[in-house]
Amino acid sequence: MFGPLARLARPHLAALRMLLVFTALTGVVYPLVVTGIAQTAFPGRAGGALIEEHGRPVASSRIGQNFTLPAPRGRRTPAVPDPGWFQPRPSAAGPAGYDPTASGASNLGPNNPDLVRTVRLRRLAVAAFDRVPPGRVPPDAVTASGSGLDPDISPAYAYEQVARVAAARRLAPAAVRRLVARHVHGRTLGFLGRPGVNVVELNHELGHRPAAKP
Amino acid sequence: MNDTLAGWLQIAALVIALALSFRPLGDHMAHVLTSPRHWRAERLIYRAGGVDGNADQLWPAYLRSVLAFSAVSVLFLYAFQRVQNHLPLALGMKAVGPALSFNTAASFVTNTNWQAYSGESTLGHLVQMAGLAVQNFVSAAVGIAVAATLIRGFVRTRTERVGNFWVDLTRLVLRVLLPISLVAAVVLVAAGVVQNLHGIQSISTLAGGHQSLTGGPVASQEAIKELGTNGGGFYNANSAHPFENPTPFTNWLEIYLLLVIAVALPRTFGTMVGDRRQGYAIVAVMALIWAASVALTTANELHSVSSSAGYAAGGMMEGKEQRFGLWGSALFAVSTTLTSCGAVNSSHDSYTPGGGGMTLFNMMLGEIAPGGTGSGLYGILILAVVAVFVAGLMVGRTPEYLGKKLGAREMKFASLYILTTPSVVLVGAGLAMARPGERAAILNHGAHGFSEVLYAFASAANNNGSAFAGLAAGTAWYNTGLGLVMLLARFLPMVFVVALAGSLARQQPVPVTAGTLPTHRPQFVGLLTGVILIVVGLTYFPALALGPMAEGLR
Repeated sequence: MFGPLARLARPHLAALRMLLVFTALTGVVYPLVVTGIAQTAFPGRAGGALIEEHGRPVASSRIGQNFTLPAPRGRRTPAVPDPGWFQPRPSAAGPAGYDPTASGASNLGPNNPDLVRTVRLRRLAVAAFDRVPPGRVPPDAVTASGSGLDPDISPAYAYEQVARVAAARRLAPAAVRRLVARHVHGRTLGFLGRPGVNVVELNHELGHRPAAKP
Repeated sequence: MNDTLAGWLQIAALVIALALSFRPLGDHMAHVLTSPRHWRAERLIYRAGGVDGNADQLWPAYLRSVLAFSAVSVLFLYAFQRVQNHLPLALGMKAVGPALSFNTAASFVTNTNWQAYSGESTLGHLVQMAGLAVQNFVSAAVGIAVAATLIRGFVRTRTERVGNFWVDLTRLVLRVLLPISLVAAVVLVAAGVVQNLHGIQSISTLAGGHQSLTGGPVASQEAIKELGTNGGGFYNANSAHPFENPTPFTNWLEIYLLLVIAVALPRTFGTMVGDRRQGYAIVAVMALIWAASVALTTANELHSVSSSAGYAAGGMMEGKEQRFGLWGSALFAVSTTLTSCGAVNSSHDSYTPGGGGMTLFNMMLGEIAPGGTGSGLYGILILAVVAVFVAGLMVGRTPEYLGKKLGAREMKFASLYILTTPSVVLVGAGLAMARPGERAAILNHGAHGFSEVLYAFASAANNNGSAFAGLAAGTAWYNTGLGLVMLLARFLPMVFVVALAGSLARQQPVPVTAGTLPTHRPQFVGLLTGVILIVVGLTYFPALALGPMAEGLR
């Protein structure tokens, strides 16, 4: 009786010991070595490419943010976009959007009537907000990204917002346009990805511009 | 440069990079799997594990080792999650519930990496690193090890010994997976992927709001997640998350990593059987299917085919990241579903019926173009056995492949292999659709809703792990059911493969004659491609007709 049991137990014991060895090697040593190299050679990137103001992090340049007006005290109204900031794409990460603890997409199907309605409403809202014809609003402005944390918008959507941002901040539209142009990044190596504008970095620089005297 | 030219160049650069690594990596793996010499570090590991590194195992012993190692891994990972709140680096996360722990344990041990949990809100860093990432390494190595037994079955004669599992496992981790992962992880960090041990960091945003930034050892996990075709993301959004995949370059590199081993394995096969043309024929079939799938999926997305939401938005950008665009998303989606990777950089649920349907069909093909690490090679070799058998029936000869006769016993194992996965997929999806509670988990209604359920079972059974993520599959029923599906559809086929390997190794090779079907010519490439499409097409056609086809033709 004891023989078959022992024969069954032996490979399992070896398996457990081997698993523990690999846990130490690939589960502890490997990630710690990579962390060590990363923190030594690329501390900024490995730490999340944080943007600091007055010694405090205010953003990660990789992670999009909401740029909404502060909600009135005690009221939980849906957030209203702040005309003085460039607006990011719609987000499905968390109820308010851009919540890194709840990354994700809407997962709505290509023929889901709710999605079609939402896209149409977003188009009208963005067109009214930026004072452009609805037909000119680009696709990225009316669709939620895969992560819900997309920091980028298309150059078309960025330029569309220039007049509104300039008016709200009392800046010369040409100056804001130049700022956007500086933030348009092309394709990596000329052919990877798509041109875009990082809204977080753009807004960070925008926030440091003094408004013209009224 | 316009989008189209840039898109084609991106694909061309990928193909060239894969072609460049085909030979060195394939030959390196062949050397690793055949070399009689152990490294000193490997001997230390054998001693620590209490295994004999010089034994050559009979096929049942090899199989017992595979199953024992995997069973222990499931139990270990289950227990690890159940007690995570008592361990360091838990970041205040609670112990994971029993059904979800079982699902996740099964998911990572089977190389599926289906994620019923959201990484950033469920798991601490320690479980991610020392639990999940360990399985990313070893489950990939197990896949290659099982493929190695099948190759040895063709090479060896009059023996039932098919190698030593512990040696294969150790060498594949030490000499293949670890070094490439280490280099890839550092490159990913240099390109912007995060790698730290931070917890959640609260910040005041530019507009005066609040945001909680997450941290984690992401790059180290990202590298092996792609290289081992695991696909389990550190975060819920997986490779769409800017901390996992911040730039178009990291996107391209991740696609390369998830394809590279599976593409090079046919070279390993060709080298080990002593006829490299056999490997070229196999890789040609893989490339044909991959290229066709990339073309079809990209075209569907670019033209918003049959997608009212795409028309309304002016482009299929719902669920896709601006920095990757349609080309970078479609290329990733096809590559991840034709391997057993299942990492996603966009929401497959929001793809066009044709594009999303392709990702589903890709998985149903059994993930053989190029397939998962190891599982892709043994999957396509089984189909090659079937193709040779079909050709043999046509001319009335006993079929033989690489000098080994394919008799009743061999064909039984091959048929059982082919039948296992579809049975599990169709029975599972049928059961789920028959239960009102499980139907309620569907997010999108109509034909697309059925696609969500079918996708979940196809993904679990083919050990892919990607999802039409609208399905709220975090229930006890789905967690348990899909967990069982993953285990059955990973290990039953492995049993048949290793048994087939033993049966082939026992034979004395038959000499090549004028009547032998050449298995290295374009004719065989065409035959094998046809067999793959017909076998899969006929099996799944009714189910596909009810899902993506019905939605596309609506």
